[in-house]
This record gives sequence, C-alpha cells and structure tokens, in this order.
Amino acid sequence: MSARARLHAAAAERVLISDGAFGTQIQERKLTEEDYAGDLGLKADQKGNNDILALTRPDVIKDITRAYLDAGSDVVSTNTFSANRISQADYAAENQVAAINIASGKIARALADEYEAKDGKPRFVAGAIGPTNKTLSLSPDVEDPGFREIDFDELTAVYKEQAAALIEGGCDFILIETVFDTLNAKAGIMAVKQLENDLGREVPVMISMTLTDLSGRNLSGHTVEAFWYAVRHANPITIGLNCSFGADQLRPHIQSLSGIADTLLMAYPNAGLPNELGEYDEMPETTAGLVKLWAANGQANILGGCCGSSPAHIKAIAEAVKGLPPRTIPEDNSAMRLAGLEPFVVAA
Amino acid sequence: MSEQKSSARFINIGERTNVTGSARFKKLIMADDYTAAVEVARQQVENGAQVIDVNMDEGLLDAEHAMTTFLKLIAAEPDIARVPVMIDSSKWDVIEAGLKCVSGKPIVNSISMKEGEEPFLEHARKCMAYGAAVVIMAFDTVGQADTKERKVEICKRAYDLLVGIGFPPEDIIFDPNIFAVATGIEEHNRYGLDFIEAVQEIKAQCPHAKTSGGLSNLSFSFRGNETVRRAMHSVFLYHAIPAGLDMAIVNAGQLDVYDTIDPELRDACEDVILMRRDDATERLIDLAESYKGKSVADEKAAEEWRGWEVRKRLEHALVKGIDAHIVDDTEEMRSAIDEDGGRPIEVIEGPLMDGMNVVGDLFGSGKMFLPQVVKSARVMKKAVAHLIPFIEAEKDLLPESQRKAKGKVIMATVKGDVHDIGKNIVGVVLQCNGYDVIDLGVMVPWPKILEVAKEENADMIGLSGLITPSLDEMVTVAEEMQRAEMTMPLLIGGATTSKVHTALKIDPNYDGPVIHVLDASRAVGVASKLLSDTQRDDFVAETAAEYEKTRAARAGKSPSVLLSIEEARANNYDPFYSDKPAPPLKPGVHVYDDWNLADLRQCIDWTPFFRAWELHGNYPAILTDDVVGETASQLFDDANAMLDQIIGEKWLTARGVAGLWPCARDGDDVTIHRVRREEHVTLPFLRQQVKKSRDRANMCLADFIDPDGDWIGGFAVGIHGIEPHIARFQADKDDYSDILLKALADRFAEAFAERLHQHVRVDLWGYAPGEQLTNEALIKEQYRGIRPAPGYPACPDHSLKPILFELLEAEQNVGLTLTESFAMWPTAAVSGFYFGHPESEYFGVARVGRDQLEEYATRRGVDLETAERWLRPNLD
Repeated sequence: MSARARLHAAAAERVLISDGAFGTQIQERKLTEEDYAGDLGLKADQKGNNDILALTRPDVIKDITRAYLDAGSDVVSTNTFSANRISQADYAAENQVAAINIASGKIARALADEYEAKDGKPRFVAGAIGPTNKTLSLSPDVEDPGFREIDFDELTAVYKEQAAALIEGGCDFILIETVFDTLNAKAGIMAVKQLENDLGREVPVMISMTLTDLSGRNLSGHTVEAFWYAVRHANPITIGLNCSFGADQLRPHIQSLSGIADTLLMAYPNAGLPNELGEYDEMPETTAGLVKLWAANGQANILGGCCGSSPAHIKAIAEAVKGLPPRTIPEDNSAMRLAGLEPFVVAA
Repeated sequence: MSEQKSSARFINIGERTNVTGSARFKKLIMADDYTAAVEVARQQVENGAQVIDVNMDEGLLDAEHAMTTFLKLIAAEPDIARVPVMIDSSKWDVIEAGLKCVSGKPIVNSISMKEGEEPFLEHARKCMAYGAAVVIMAFDTVGQADTKERKVEICKRAYDLLVGIGFPPEDIIFDPNIFAVATGIEEHNRYGLDFIEAVQEIKAQCPHAKTSGGLSNLSFSFRGNETVRRAMHSVFLYHAIPAGLDMAIVNAGQLDVYDTIDPELRDACEDVILMRRDDATERLIDLAESYKGKSVADEKAAEEWRGWEVRKRLEHALVKGIDAHIVDDTEEMRSAIDEDGGRPIEVIEGPLMDGMNVVGDLFGSGKMFLPQVVKSARVMKKAVAHLIPFIEAEKDLLPESQRKAKGKVIMATVKGDVHDIGKNIVGVVLQCNGYDVIDLGVMVPWPKILEVAKEENADMIGLSGLITPSLDEMVTVAEEMQRAEMTMPLLIGGATTSKVHTALKIDPNYDGPVIHVLDASRAVGVASKLLSDTQRDDFVAETAAEYEKTRAARAGKSPSVLLSIEEARANNYDPFYSDKPAPPLKPGVHVYDDWNLADLRQCIDWTPFFRAWELHGNYPAILTDDVVGETASQLFDDANAMLDQIIGEKWLTARGVAGLWPCARDGDDVTIHRVRREEHVTLPFLRQQVKKSRDRANMCLADFIDPDGDWIGGFAVGIHGIEPHIARFQADKDDYSDILLKALADRFAEAFAERLHQHVRVDLWGYAPGEQLTNEALIKEQYRGIRPAPGYPACPDHSLKPILFELLEAEQNVGLTLTESFAMWPTAAVSGFYFGHPESEYFGVARVGRDQLEEYATRRGVDLETAERWLRPNLD
C-alpha cells in the first residue's frame, strides 16, 4: 500500500498526531560549538546550525524524535527546516545539504519503523522543507517593487536538491511548511513534480501555510482560500496551517480552510504567542484545549505543534483528542477556482 | 443583457493591459513607463474587471521581459494583485516566463493544437505543474476553426486529450474564435451565429469546461465608430451568454446596457449577428454612417447644455472651463442686452460675473481646484476680450465710478527674482473673484511698484518671490512704502516667505497692514476682508496681534546654542577619505547643447508639479485621490498633451554644462585647480554652528573633500525657448497654458539636473558605472553622491553662483545668466556642485554666528555689510 493510501486509511479512523518543535528542544540542551561542528572541518562557525546536528550529534535528534513518538506522534518530521542550499550558505555548509537531509531522513525513518514494529500502529515520516529566507513574490527593496532576489528556477533547483535527499533518506512525504510566500510554495511543488518525473513515482506533498497577520493572510498577501486554490494543483495529501500565532487566533482560518479543502487538513500552531522575553509559555493543557476544539468541530485530521511546543504539549494534545471522530473530507465541487491575493470561484 | 445577469454569472476580463488591445497601454510600455502602466491595471480592477488580461505581444518589444517586469510590479500592488491574472501571449516562452512570476492561480491564454497534439499536451502538462487554468483556442494543424462544426470538433478533441492526461476539466476554457461580421464578404455572415451555436454545443459535450472569447474582433469592420461597436458587443453578449458563454475579454467600462441602445441600431446589430436578413450588413453599414465619429457621452452632453438658455450656457462654460462657444454665447448675450437698451459692460457685470461667482464659491468650498479655476479664467478672459471693443466704443459714456471691480491689486515679483508661476496663479484667482489686477511682471524694482500703486490708486500691493534674496528685497519695499507714507495693505507671498519672516522682518518696517498669504486659495479671503468696511479693522488688528505674538515668542525663546566657529570646526565631519571616488574618467567641462527632451520626460518628478497647482499629494496616488483625483488627472492629461507638443514641435531646448575639477580642502574652503589655466579658484563653504547633541558633527560641505587631493564637480542646466510660446498664450488670454508651460519647463530643468547627475556618476566621473536606478529611485536620490545648489540649505549663499558660473563658463557655453540677486535666467534652471564621496549627504547650515560671518567676509573678500546681506536668512 502506498504511503498516501496508508495515511488516508489511518486518518479515516481517528485524528492523527504529528510532532512538535525541534528548535526549543535543541536549545534546552545547551550545545557547544564543538557539538555543532563535529569533525566536518567547515570554514564557518556552526553553532546555531540546528540541522547539521543530524551529522554531528545524531543522538540529540534521535532523542527528540523518540520523545515525540513516546508522546504519541503518528507523523514525525525531519529536522531539516533550514537544510537547503540558501540557508546553509550562512554556515558555509552548502556541500552538506544532501548529507544532512539523507541522515535526517534515515534517523526519522528508523525510529518510525521501530515504533510501528513495536505496537503495529502505522507511523509516517514527513521530510520538512522550510521556505528559505528568500522570497519570490516580494522585493526586498521598497523603492524597486519589480526587483527580486531570486528567481523561480533557482529556487526550484534549491528545493529539488533537498527533496531528493529527503526521499533518499526514506521520507514518506515532502512537507512544504511555514509558507510565507505562496510563489515559493509553487516552486516547491514544481521541484517535487520534477523529482517525481525523475523517480518515475508519486512523491506526495504536505503543504502548510503560515499567517503573518490576524486578518488571515500570509506575507505575500494571500488569504487562506486563495492560498489553497494556488497550490491545489499539487494534489497535496495534507493542506494546513502552522506556526503563525497561537491556536486561539488561528481558529477562524482553520474553520474556513476546513470548509473548502478537499484533502486532509493538518494544523500545528505555536504554543501561544511569545511573552516579553520571546519565550513561549503556554501550558500544554492550554494548547491541547484549544486544538481539541478544532477536532471536536470536525475541522482537523492531523494536529501537532510548532514553535515553543514540547513533547509534553504533544502528549496533552494526543490525550485531548483521543476518541474524537476525524474530519470528513468535503467533496470536490468541480468549480473553476482561480486566485489573485483573493479567491475567485466560477461556479461549475 | 440585463446588468444583473452580467455581474452575477458572466466574467469580465479587463483588456486595457493588453498592448494589442489598448494603444495607450502599448505606448506606455514602449516608453518604459511602467509606473503609469501599473495605474492602468489599477483602474481596470477599480472599474470592475474580475480578471486582468496582460498581453505584451508586440514586434518591437522584448515580450518576455515586459511580461515579467509588469507582473512583478503588479504583484506589489494589493489593489491589483487581488484579482487573478490572465497571462496572454501567442508565444509559449512568454507564457512560461509569466507563470514563474504569478503567485495565485492564473489563467493561461492560450495554447492550441496548431502545432499538433504533442506540443499541445506538453504545454498543458506544464500549465498543470505551475497550477493554472488554460484557454484553448479552437485551432489545429489544419487552421483556425471557422464553422460551428469545426469549432465543436476541435474543442471536443482537445477536451478528451486533456482529460486523458488528468487535466482538471473545470480548468479548461475554450475560445472558439469570434470573427468579424458585416465585412461585406458573404462567408463571414454566419460567424456570429456560428460562435453562439458552437458555445452551446461545446458546453453540452465537455462537462465543467468554460468558454470565452475576444469581443473586439466581432466589430472590426466598424473601427473608429465606437457607438456601433459598443452596440454590437452588447447585443452579441446578450445572445451568447444564455448560450453558455462564461467570460469575454472586454472593456468593462464600455459596454452599453442592452435596453438603452437605440432600438433602430439594436435591431440592425441583431439582424447582423443572428443573420436575420440578407441585407443586414448593408443596412447596418448605412445606419453606422449616422453614428460616425461621435461617442455617446459626447453626443448627449453636447446636445444637453447647448440647448440651454444663454445665461445658463455662459455659467456652464465658465464652471466647466469650456471655451469652444464662449465668443458666440457672449455675443448672443451682448446683443440681447443691447436690444433691451442695456450696455455691453452689463454682460460682464451680470451673467459673466454671476458665473465667476459660482466658480469662486465652488473653489472657496473646496469643490473646484486651481487648475479648473485657471481654465475658467481663460474662458472669462476670452469673453471679456470679445466685449472690450464694444466697451471702448462707448467709453466716454461710462463714468469712472460705474466701474464695479471689487478692488484693485498691484502684483509684482520683486527685483532680482524671475519666478512668477505662483504670482500668476494668485492673480488669476483674484481676477476670477472680481478684483482688478495690475500685474507688473517679474524683476520689478521698488520705485516702479510704488509709482504704479499711487497712479492707479490701488487698494493693495502683493509681492512675490521664490529665492531667499527676495525676502530682503521685500523688506526694502516695505521700508520704502513707509518712507513714502503709504498706508495701503502689503501682501506677501511666495515659496520662501513665511509668517515668521513676515512678522519678524517685514511687518516692523511698515505701519500699514502687512499680511502673509500662505497660498492662492487664501488670497481672496484676505483681499475681501481688507476691503470690507465691517471686517477690515478687526482683521488688521488680529493679524498685527498675531505677528506681535510671533515676535514675542521669538524674543522670549532662547535660541539654540551656537558654538564658536573654532569649536564647530573641531567637531567637523570626518569621512573615510580612502573611500573617495577615483579621479573622473572624463575631467574638464562638458557641454550639452540640446539634450533630448523625450529622455528628460521619462524622469520628470510629478509631485512638485501638482504642488505648483496647489494640488497636494504624491504622484501617482494623487491621480486617484478621492478629492482632487479628477482634477489632478485632467491636469496631468493636459500636461502630457502639452509635453507631446513641446517635444514634437521642439518648443524648448535643454542646454546644460557639467565640469569636474581637481581640488583640495583647505579648512572650510575648497580650492579648485584649473589645470589648463594654472589658476586656483576658492569655494568658501559655511559650517553648521548650532551645538549638536551626542556625537553628531557640525557639518560643512568642505568636509567631504580630501585635503590631500580630491575632485569636485559643478553643473548648470537651463530650459530655453519658452518666450514666444508664453507671448502667444498671453496674447490669447490663456493663463492656463501659460502657467502649465512654465511649470513644465521647471520640471524639465529638474529632470535635466537629475539626468545629468546620473550621466556624471555613470560616465563622466564614472564612479558608479553599473548604476541602474528606477525613475522613482532616481527621484528619491538613492544614489551615491550629492548635488547641493547655492541658495539651498547646505550651501545657503546664493553668491557662490557667479563663481560656479565662471568655472563652467555657463553664459558662453549654455546661455545662462544671473540677475543681481543671483536668480538664474532663463527661469527654468538648476545649478549646483557635485560631491562624489559615498558619505556625502545633504544637511542644513542653519544659523551661523557673528564670528563665522566676519571670517566668511574675509574669505570671500567682501565687506561685512555685503556678507551680511548675502547670509541674512542664516543670521539672527
């Protein structure tokens, strides 16, 4: 059975649980430059390059992934948010991109298989692809709105390199997450389509948007509905929202997306909003109580956490939604769905 | 077609951002004016386009570049980017380049089986991968489908192929080709009907697919006859939409409501489109003759107001600024009054003044704006000019006391100054409101002003000036009026004047009322109060009290602390001289006899242009401003029409000179070495003396020059040839065109200064060879280096201009001269210095102390009194 079919089968039975943040978990371990750099002999300091730990301190990544699986995750993601050529350039580690993604994929794959073998519950690995710090839709120069730092083909190549390595490492899905620029996501989709051509098989994608303002738009200005129509051609196995603000503020947007998305819906918000010190202090029970409402309203298929969330949050969420029926996917209505920054639907 | 139906189900695709559909858009894109092109897109969306079609297929264009540039620019405009884009090109490469720039879900227009099925499916797969709906032209290897059968057959074949590769059927839009009807060729007669019937069949055979069409083809034989074309389009849609047409590329603002079309024309169109009679084409062609060259709107408007009673017509012409019929209407009014035994002056005092009062009221209440008022004045002047001979003829019969002007105002730009746009505007506004204005022009010495004021028994004097030395000259006029024991009010206006300066420096020198008038819109209020029996005393007393308060506040306020000039110099700005630019590639003096005006037009900064007309707001947003947008747009159109003429008929010549010289800093002086002449020229600069907070420096322009050797530049540009045109406009009583031309000449001069500076950076000095700035970035001066002008804050002494002009040999090289107050002639001119150091920046010298003044006099080699006069605005 394909990974797509297995995920659909599992999601038909119950609300599934994904994982929480890597960043805050790694921070708590107070690693040193030596931990990060290992013996790779890279020219730049590596401290802060969380993704490279898959090569230099794989035990740390394994521990965190294990903690999420213990907490009840059905879907675990790789620690590869910045493991792309653009972001790794900041650490002079571009030549490690393939190795990081393959290693990260293998770590998650091995643990997922181990837990599935233990209790027979299916586990899935999502290979995470971040947005990079470049944007295809916006000019970094306010005086020159037509300027772009990068073009579609370049970014597609960057994504493709990462996606190919993640699949090689054993990931089930490519998770294009924290999408602040819709056109970046479209380049990610193009990369996966090219990869599918190369491999001669389907590579299912998960797509997750992040909102930058409370009116419900991402940085490139798309509403949640317009975003869905702009990426629907990817036939993603999940669509959803992550990061953004806390679950409380995400509620109306989850509701509208749930009404129109004819695929599984995955949501993993931050653990509330950061306090004055930039720390997330929302208690696990609070987060769990908020996301539980979505499950209870039949608006979510997969729930997890983003920035600030810990294994304790995931455990609380898993317990909170236990026994609740999963969201049923609405039928495709065959309307022509176009989008600018706002949706434009021509009834069938 | 009812309007309701069209908005509920039918999709309007805007066609104005299509170079093949809009001549205007094409012109903008060809001229690289993307800023204005983006505005076209905005207007389309505002006018209700639900999708905007973007097409750059033009032989002389790099369509791929134009497409991506434009799409990226509109992506930055939320008002435009909210609607989906239709990427329209016959070239796949252009389409694919466009797909890489569009972030939502667009429509591709179009692909077809023209080259066979394989390339067709290849393009369709790519559309799927990018996520786009797609328009399929009914076209195969045989050719474009013309009959109903071919249209349906090709579309069905394409549909099956697409669904076969997994293309979502709801993302398929068929365009079964709208062809021209009523061409006179019999085979074309069925084209309209074939399309409508094919749409119906395609919709039935291809579930979820949509249909579309480009409407303008249909009426191709009636090019130039807008009325007939609009009627044909409306009638066509009325029948095609119920048949299943989902969308069409149309100008949404140019569709008539079916029910409002002239029934005769409507029937004739219907006969043609639905092939209801054999002679339908001939009948429509015959009927079309009677609609030729008229737009519906023009026709209606013309009919309506021309039928009104003559007084109403005069008022309408004045309020709307229409001068086409004014002489006829004035004459009609005059003879009517004449028949009743009245006099020609009564035409002015009666209907014309009534009309101008309406204009004045509308202006006063903010419902009309300056450019409109000036146009009204033009109409008024033409009417009056027609009446003058009649009035002259009976002059003897008219006692002086009969004259009913509200008051007489003497206006002048003071000695040494040549700027008169603002003064002319105030003059027009006062005339519009019934004042008798005697305009003495520019460079008017005080004896002349006083003499005419006495001779004419004027009610007040209005002084204007733009450059800072004019402030002093105004003080002189006030002093002389006092000496002559005059009592009439003195009005002060102009860009550098202020309430504070008026209160502190002018008012104390004259016992009569002195009033600072902020802008033209205040002029009438001030004048009417000064001439009112009841309001005058209060107004004068209030103003005097206000100025007294201003003076008291000044006196009481401890002025900012000044450092001694030594202390200030010790706190100088210290740039990294190692960063100074390399020596120029082309040193020496470079003369440009005739810079291309079309090039300068590209970098005109429009915002100050609107400000000159007292329309406040930034270009281009001002064009769509809720309050002044309409006026600003009209003014902008008029300006562009005049620019076309200026450039096309070569009214003006842009002459400029730039020089680059080796130099070194010596204290606050910069010493220029004129190598060839083996002489040194000293440029003394002023240093800030106001005590700075924290670690900010006391700046002086000399700080940007390396004492161990460096380079400095200078330039002067002017716009020549305006005089004959101004004379023509004045002879024609056309203040509007007069002010417009002067304002445009000013813009050209500023644009030239900007362009020349760029040329210096990129080529002559060459320290920024790769610089590529947009027009906006240029206007915002986002480049390296500065070009401060004498008389402006960083270099407030106008008297440096003679030195600069001498260095540039500006008079011999480009015909620029200076008045005794250092105003440049011709008026539309800019001059200044070039500093190339990357840290160089603009600043204001502000107040300087006695010590620097005395030292500066020595450095300049002039007596203290002269230096004091030059630096007065910067002294206590």
